Amino acid sequence: MRKRLYRVLVALIGALMVLLVGSAGAAQATATPPPDATAIQVTLQDEANKDAQGNPKPISGVTLEVSKDGEKAGEGVTDAKGVAIIVVQELGKYTVTLDEKTLPEGTVLDESTKNEATVHVRFQGPNNRAIFPIGVTAGEKSNFGKDLVKNLRAGIVFALVLCLAGLGFSLIFGTTGLSNFAHGELLTFGAVMAWTFDQIFKTGALASVSVLLAGIIAVALGGLGGYVQDKVMWGPLRRRGTGLIAMMIVSIGLAIFLRYLFQYFYGSSTRSLSQYSGQQREQHWYYLGLSLADREAIIVLISIVTIIGVCLWLAKSRMGKAMRAVSDNPALAASSGLRVDSVITNAWVIGGALTALSGVLYAMQLQVNSFMGMRILLVILAAVTLGGLGTIWGALVGSMVIGLVYELGPLFGVPTSIKEIGPLLIMIVILLVRPQGILGRKERLG
Amino acid sequence: MDILDILRAALQQALGPQAIVFALAAIGLNIHFGYTGLLNFGQAGFVAVGAYGLAVSVVTFGAPFWLGIVMSLVAPLVLAVILGVPTLRLRADYLAIVTIAAAEVLRFVFGSVEMKDTFGGSNGLNGFARPFQQANPYSSGIDLGIISFGRNDLWSLTVGWILVALCCVLVWALMRSPWGRVLRSIREDEDAVRSLGKNVFAYKMQALALGGVIGGLGGMFLALKQASVVPSDYSTLMTFYAFAALLLGGAARVMGPVIGSILFWFLIAGLGSFFSQSAGEGGWIPSVIMTDTQASVIRYIVLGLAIMLLMIFRPQGIFGDRREIAIDGR
Repeated sequence: MRKRLYRVLVALIGALMVLLVGSAGAAQATATPPPDATAIQVTLQDEANKDAQGNPKPISGVTLEVSKDGEKAGEGVTDAKGVAIIVVQELGKYTVTLDEKTLPEGTVLDESTKNEATVHVRFQGPNNRAIFPIGVTAGEKSNFGKDLVKNLRAGIVFALVLCLAGLGFSLIFGTTGLSNFAHGELLTFGAVMAWTFDQIFKTGALASVSVLLAGIIAVALGGLGGYVQDKVMWGPLRRRGTGLIAMMIVSIGLAIFLRYLFQYFYGSSTRSLSQYSGQQREQHWYYLGLSLADREAIIVLISIVTIIGVCLWLAKSRMGKAMRAVSDNPALAASSGLRVDSVITNAWVIGGALTALSGVLYAMQLQVNSFMGMRILLVILAAVTLGGLGTIWGALVGSMVIGLVYELGPLFGVPTSIKEIGPLLIMIVILLVRPQGILGRKERLG
Repeated sequence: MDILDILRAALQQALGPQAIVFALAAIGLNIHFGYTGLLNFGQAGFVAVGAYGLAVSVVTFGAPFWLGIVMSLVAPLVLAVILGVPTLRLRADYLAIVTIAAAEVLRFVFGSVEMKDTFGGSNGLNGFARPFQQANPYSSGIDLGIISFGRNDLWSLTVGWILVALCCVLVWALMRSPWGRVLRSIREDEDAVRSLGKNVFAYKMQALALGGVIGGLGGMFLALKQASVVPSDYSTLMTFYAFAALLLGGAARVMGPVIGSILFWFLIAGLGSFFSQSAGEGGWIPSVIMTDTQASVIRYIVLGLAIMLLMIFRPQGIFGDRREIAIDGR
């Protein structure tokens, strides 16, 4: 379909009238929202079609759908002023989708314009307006090169965070053979612990280093959590000779248990850490020409240092070598005099701490939510399967590839709303052609 | 605290449509996991294609209702072949990972904005169940004292429980046939079966397909009962609930998944009603400890704990035989 290119600049104004009192009413389009209701206000304007005063003309009669976590939360149609007010039930992150079929004749979104935008409905008092465009930024057409840089940046950060979680998974899988379906919840654990301690520190004398301290505590607790898990549950199960499939089902029970325990204490809303979340991106020579927020630079630095540290530790140290020996052949390792059980406990501690660190970094970059681990678990599985289940170096390679695919996929035709399917499809294909993964060895297969 | 209310809520769910859907899904899983030892973590995907097979062919492609029913049986079969070919030769945990991933991919695709024209996006599809509702022979609902069902529910329940009974008879007959014995021996020792000249791969594939189609029946029933299909119904939690129901009743038993599903929903609904009465205004639990929203979550915490404890202390469930559970395989 060849388009006459009227560029629609779609300035959305999220005017967030807050104060959730009672029920916010049914989600429907009304020009005047009920007072005290939380609402998203969207304004559509045609940038290519201005009136005599140079103001863009409003676009009316366009259907907008608001959804949260993939579920529809409301719908509205723009009125004569191009304004739609969509009432939503609770605070959080919403996605506004524009139905292109309802655009007036002769008006189309230009090709690089996405028909979606994300709105953060925050608790910040009435009439707090945030302007953001769908697709085209004010007067500037986005192009493939810019998108590539943007997604590459997001991809690298995500890949490194994923790498830490993948390393944790791989250490545990390598030494015990367990595909731990509760691994996502270990990541959530790190994030919610960081948030909890951040809440404690942020008002006191330590406010300036609140997130840093909270992060360190969360990582330590993650390691402790791994230790406790192994001592209380997995260790006794191993000694009883419980089969791997039984353990896998136990881990599913644990995942459901932890996930709803988090929801019990933290609810289902999305939270941010007190520091760093609103940082602007800046360009510095030491960012090699990229524009990064300081937060992102720190995340990249912490991840790389940790990954190198863990790799060196595995390659050089006594315990690292023992861990790789157990991973290769537990029976042989045991008969050569290694205490397999204490090696496995070590793997749980390191794995738990690495995964908690991954959760903390994820919370810094994005947000904290009880269900974040569940969503990322399959991506972790895809990463370690791609690299080769149970191989440490495989987890590194797999995570880097999957993290980049996850963020770059949308540039190459993967629909943005379902970018998770890129990694999952890669995983299925890799199992088809090379089931041992990129770096795995054949004998690991059944 | 009203005990009768709790009992009513629990019984309504235990005999209601939810129990039927999960009974069918769990019967399918029983063939996979209980009899053949295949660890299918993507049963929700089979249920979903069963439901969408009907809905998409009728709503999107305008096919007649009977063709929709046929498609809802064919779609899980196709999915089984697609999933089985690459993974059935691999170790059990690979099958688990691939099936769970495939089920999620399907759910994402069904719910995606981009394919809204075909699958209806997150709102799903509706308007295909009219012939089913019109076939309703009942003129009024039924009141059983404590619980009651409306006219439409009664019709769904009749059809649903007949489907469950038929599947049970089928499984019972198949599992005492030579074919069923081969499946069980694959679960016990694959290599031994192979050395006897059986084509293990083909048997596994047949088991995966049969269990998938029965799961798809569950999806078809859910779609007919609700008169709509919504992608969020088919999340991985559905698979894990079905697993919980199967483990509760006892794997590798014909009636295990059915009893398990009834008990599962009895407990889930009963606990839900119990805690919602206990917390909040007028309850005996102070709201500092538990608010209304928290009360709705606690049953899932209990569920997770129950799956763990069940698997650790009584993997055979209520009716199963410990020697018949495929939990020691690699």
